[in-house]
Amino acid sequence: MSLPLSRPMLRSARAKPWRVPWTLVVFLLLLPLPWIGSRYDTFLATQIVIDALFAVSLNLLLGTTGLVSFGHVAYFGVGAYVCGILMKTYGFSFAIAFPAAGLAAALFSLVFGYFCVRLTKIYFAMLTLAFSQIVWAICFKWDAVTGGDQGIADVPFPNMHWMSAIPGLDGLSENSRFYVLTLTLAAICIAAMAQITRSPFGRMLTAIRDNRERAAFIGLNVRAYELTVFVVAGGFAGFAGALYGIFTRGVFPDYVFWTQSAQVMIMTILGGMNFFWGPPVGALVLDWLNQEITNYTQYWPFVLGTILLVLLFALPGGVLGGLTRGYRAVQRRRSRLRTRDA
Amino acid sequence: MTISLIAAQFLSGLTTAMFLFLIASGLSLVFGVMRVLNFAHGSFYMIGAYMAWQVVTWVQPTGGAFWIAALAAGVSVAIFGGIIERLLLRHLYGVDELYQLLFTYALVLILGDAAKFTWGTDQLSVHRPPVLDGSFQWLGTTVPYYNLFIILLGPAIAIAGGLILSRSSAGRLLRAAAYDREMVGALGANVGALYTGMFVVSSFLAGLAGALITPIESVVPGMDVQIIVDAFIVVVIGGLGSFWGTFWGAMIYGQTLSFGILAFPQFSVFAVFALMAVVLIVRPWGLMGRPIR
Repeated sequence: MSLPLSRPMLRSARAKPWRVPWTLVVFLLLLPLPWIGSRYDTFLATQIVIDALFAVSLNLLLGTTGLVSFGHVAYFGVGAYVCGILMKTYGFSFAIAFPAAGLAAALFSLVFGYFCVRLTKIYFAMLTLAFSQIVWAICFKWDAVTGGDQGIADVPFPNMHWMSAIPGLDGLSENSRFYVLTLTLAAICIAAMAQITRSPFGRMLTAIRDNRERAAFIGLNVRAYELTVFVVAGGFAGFAGALYGIFTRGVFPDYVFWTQSAQVMIMTILGGMNFFWGPPVGALVLDWLNQEITNYTQYWPFVLGTILLVLLFALPGGVLGGLTRGYRAVQRRRSRLRTRDA
Repeated sequence: MTISLIAAQFLSGLTTAMFLFLIASGLSLVFGVMRVLNFAHGSFYMIGAYMAWQVVTWVQPTGGAFWIAALAAGVSVAIFGGIIERLLLRHLYGVDELYQLLFTYALVLILGDAAKFTWGTDQLSVHRPPVLDGSFQWLGTTVPYYNLFIILLGPAIAIAGGLILSRSSAGRLLRAAAYDREMVGALGANVGALYTGMFVVSSFLAGLAGALITPIESVVPGMDVQIIVDAFIVVVIGGLGSFWGTFWGAMIYGQTLSFGILAFPQFSVFAVFALMAVVLIVRPWGLMGRPIR
């Protein structure tokens, strides 16, 4: 698998001696929120962080590899259910249930992905959708294990007493502690995904996105790469699902319905799928808008649909794409002015 | 398992199959010709159902209220579909298919809420047309006349559609466009009008199916996102873009669902999804479709 990268590419990748650790920066910026913000802010931020993790995992497929998965919510759901069942039904601790959720989701995506990567384009999208609906059907019907349409209510919070030992955290409420825990875990996951995207493996994925045939032609085992990233993305989606189930104190079949896959896809594209930090921006904008708008009207889907239309017709690069373009335009004008002055 | 039980399951499967065929055929034709996977097709079906209820309420005392309503629902949805295609969808041909998918999903969101806004969230129902009220006995099971009507209507539309596709000049053009639309355009055919026409016909079928289901199932919000997944499964089993494939796909779907309930009551939905997954794994282009590059 070790294909020689062209030398200039390698050098440019190594040339930067120091890179801004964006994940750490964002983590440190968001950490003080429980002290400075209201309970509501903390609540909203928890949701945004979980959604951001979920959307970043989708973008490994969508933006990085160019795989349109319309069933990514399946692995989110598997994670949520596995974590919920382990913690609620069997009384396992979070320290066991959380990794188990990611592992189970990765396992599911290995099995499903094995078949999905055989297909391309629209057929890939359809098969991922079909598999996610299979997961939904199981969750919806298998009363004995998943609770059927009632789902699993009252998933307990993880035991977070150990946080009291850390100075500064002992005064926090249970919800705030969960926020800190979520933020930490999500930051670790996102940092890992950033590393994957930057790695030679990630570069290969981008090569596959840009031209599948050529990537195969230079000797890349395209399917193996696609399956690997499918499993990785599924695993991280499982982590997001596990956190979400605890956050909403319950896991329900609605979480796995196919429209949820569309939802996270909108998030990713709204932020800008060509940017690593696009999906978190999308999660931020969409979750915040959702909270604001549902205060006024119950017709949130209508607003979301309208946002989506505007996005598709006016801002196809997403928020970050639009900002970058605007910034470049300003720079160009400035440099033009400067040359005129000189 | 008695004969009457088998007959009952078979007929209920057949009724489901014919509805699914009506809905999925439009979806399949649009995909075959325009390469657009239309999530909003289920929303068109839902709007058709609501329109039928609305028209029936308006013209209640009239004798043929139901038939007027069914036709009005089909036509209004067809016009609506045509407008959508002309004004919006048209601008998205040739862009990444992800954007087309999301466009039709945006329609799902908007139309779903528009329907809730207009007709509320209550369950609405429409009576069977008086002509088809009543039922008869067949192999020890009771068959409503309305179900028989649907079971006969399905193949009738299938044969008519098949004939139009294979014999008429418009049908020939459509089949040619399904093979190579750029070539058809280069040969001087008006591809734009063809697409609009295709979309209008497909919307009409969706609206009609929505209207015809109202005597059997009540009209509720959320029926759009439920039915579209079923229609996808039918189309995928039969072969995306294949007209007759859709017909047989619907038959297989209907019977699997209906007999699956007997075999494993809890997991009949699961059986259908599994069927779709198997078809996609073995023959990704469906039973009667052909591989698309």
